[in-house]
Amino acid sequence: MASIWEYANPRKFMSVTDRVLPWIAGLSAIALVAGLAWGFFLTPDDYRQGSTVKIIYLHVPAALMAINGWLMMLAASLVWLVRRHHVSALAARAAAPVGAVMTVIALLTGAIWGQPMWGTWWAWDPRLTSFLILFLFYLGYIALWAAIEDGDTAADLTSVLCLVGSVFALLSRYAVNFWNQGLHQGASLSLDKEENVADVFYFPLLLCIAGFVLFFLALVLLRTRTEIRARRMRALMARERMA
Amino acid sequence: MMPELGKYAGAVLSAYAVSLALLAVLVLWSLWRAKRVKAALEKVEARRNGQD
Repeated sequence: MASIWEYANPRKFMSVTDRVLPWIAGLSAIALVAGLAWGFFLTPDDYRQGSTVKIIYLHVPAALMAINGWLMMLAASLVWLVRRHHVSALAARAAAPVGAVMTVIALLTGAIWGQPMWGTWWAWDPRLTSFLILFLFYLGYIALWAAIEDGDTAADLTSVLCLVGSVFALLSRYAVNFWNQGLHQGASLSLDKEENVADVFYFPLLLCIAGFVLFFLALVLLRTRTEIRARRMRALMARERMA
Repeated sequence: MMPELGKYAGAVLSAYAVSLALLAVLVLWSLWRAKRVKAALEKVEARRNGQD
């Protein structure tokens, strides 16, 4: 069995992802279209929330990927800091814009959902506030990568920023439990069946989550491939200048 | 085929429109950048191979 560290070799990473990326992208498209169509067209209204419950199929998967995207960046950053594999640092960089868009979708759909249900677009609720701070961390992370010319220094500094931001990624997930106050409800999905949404919403939601996870993975692989090529291009051009 | 969304139609449809538009922009931007960087690298590599 191949060691996972083999994929830290850019050449190996490019050859493997060249084969698997079309499959992941295809599966992602199928799961997203099927899940969203099932949720939008074939599920009933909620007895309290009416048709706004259909927003759950975008809001929950996007929020989940916003948090887990940052945790994936954390894992990749730790690999960079400990083992100095460039592919992991570039994967973290590639994931940031995807995670940022997921955070924006979670914030916007939350505001659109909150207005009719809570009577307000926004409240300084623990979960909403920690999500907004997470979004600012995403922006800061992207800006820091862009601001530093030396790739290794940028990877070092952004990795440290990622470690700090992880506090807010975890707070976004557990804020409701920590403070037990604010407008936002607890988790929609739980290992405890009693706390879950009703089955009629649960299964299309699971499919949408699978679609968002695969979508995130496909985009991160595509963007990591781009970052690897961009890094090689910068290295070749630097050699040209020195010659 | 369109489900009856009632008085919340505006909220539901705008949530879907905004989200799908953002996802589409992200995909198109990523594909455009991938294509551009790949072409630029091929150009640099061709120049380098020409020098060898």
